[in-house]
Amino acid sequence: MSKPAPSQTSPNPPALRVRGRSFITLVLAPESPLKTWLETLDAQMKRSPAFFAERPVLADLAGLADKDPDAPKILAELKARGLTVIGIEGLTAESKLLSKGFWPPLLAGGKPLNNVELPPEEAPAPPPPPEPTALLINEPVRSGQSIVFPKGDVTIIGAVSSGAEVIAGGSIHVYGPLRGRAIAGLMGNPQARIFCRKMEAELLAIDGLYRTADDMEQALRGKPVQAWLQGDSMVLAALD
Amino acid sequence: MSKVLVVTSGKGGVGKTTSTAALGAALAQGGKKVVVVDFDVGLRNLDLILGAERRVVFDLINVIQGDAKLSQALIRDKRIENLSLLPASQTRDKDALTDEGVAKVIAELKEKFDWVICDSPAGIEKGAMLAMYHADMAVVVTNPEVSSVRDSDRIIGMLDSKTAKSEKGERVEKHLLITRYDPARAARGEMLKVDDVLEILSIPLLGIVPESEEVLKASNVGAPVTLNNPANAASRAYFEAARRLSGEDLPVTMPMEKQGFIAKLFGRRVA
Repeated sequence: MSKPAPSQTSPNPPALRVRGRSFITLVLAPESPLKTWLETLDAQMKRSPAFFAERPVLADLAGLADKDPDAPKILAELKARGLTVIGIEGLTAESKLLSKGFWPPLLAGGKPLNNVELPPEEAPAPPPPPEPTALLINEPVRSGQSIVFPKGDVTIIGAVSSGAEVIAGGSIHVYGPLRGRAIAGLMGNPQARIFCRKMEAELLAIDGLYRTADDMEQALRGKPVQAWLQGDSMVLAALD
Repeated sequence: MSKVLVVTSGKGGVGKTTSTAALGAALAQGGKKVVVVDFDVGLRNLDLILGAERRVVFDLINVIQGDAKLSQALIRDKRIENLSLLPASQTRDKDALTDEGVAKVIAELKEKFDWVICDSPAGIEKGAMLAMYHADMAVVVTNPEVSSVRDSDRIIGMLDSKTAKSEKGERVEKHLLITRYDPARAARGEMLKVDDVLEILSIPLLGIVPESEEVLKASNVGAPVTLNNPANAASRAYFEAARRLSGEDLPVTMPMEKQGFIAKLFGRRVA
């Protein structure tokens, strides 16, 4: 009738799972004389620190003759460089070297792969973001304010008030009334232009050539206008 | 939550002090606790407009320099008990104002009053800068003529860059008050149109105060116009402006000539 309580059932021992997994490990093969080899390693690590950072390595000690007096130091030297040696190979269990000190497991039967290509140089740091070549002003430029941007174009969304000035190395775009001064092509750029939605400027200048409000065609006042240089004179024309 | 309001203009003679007194009185008449602070050190006027000139003992500079307590310098208006005045010093100049001193006085006033209204001196020098520095809101007083508009534009730029709020990346709430508006002259094209002023300054319109003899009369008897003659068109414009400052959404009244300044809906709402 009543089921036996679970605790009373004889528990099946859990199956022991064993799985295999293979990794590719860097194998460093120190050579004699150790000192020279370490110098080469240092030089490489300096060039490409990221390549070695926190990588487990295997040390192939075949090339390090049993007689090299520095051979026992190899583990300490690698550890000092931040390299974690997870195993050694290239020796026999009878090797004299192994009789002294503590060594990571001696591995054998690894499947050789090609020499790993060492990065010649550290990948260059990401280049700094390019200097902005345009400036956007999202509010009116009020009287007495001065916007100076010698590196490129200036775009203003809003008005440039009487008594304000905008100075740009490139062109000037005003999406609103231009009532103040606009000085484009500051660093000697005759290709620069001035655009505005409503032309009421006190002064326009491109590459050193200027015109004051008095010299501008009255018919263009209040209109959308662009200004550019044609030879040695400034031309103003309605945009539509 | 108390608010610090600066009444400013850049140009002199446009009606800052008159507007400070009228708005301060209108807000106080509406039941708010109001203090008006005269920042025009050396050219003090607000006490005259409020008829308190014979009661000034201590002033803003005395408080800043620690010679008097704030409560000793505050003058309570005799007619509107919610309205107080912190007068400026007439014998000193603006250099006596210090950043820390002004900050301390404003902080103390904010604890006591709903509205701290700072009457800015003309110009863009230290006195004007300190008057606007702590402002949450600004009333930019402008006459409908080009020099006043350009100076106001300059002041708006400074409100956006030289105040405590702007340094924190916030914005001072700005309102445009057009004063000394003469409908007859505007009709003849002798004044800038309201629309032109708004287009140039592009800040919300708080009100249009018509040019009125009552304003001058009120000043001469030492009373804010909103108190001396509340039915006058100028007073009504100030009352409406005060209600808008308090957050009400009212259409702006456009002063009209033919109807004897009787208000007519202008059809524009403050933003």
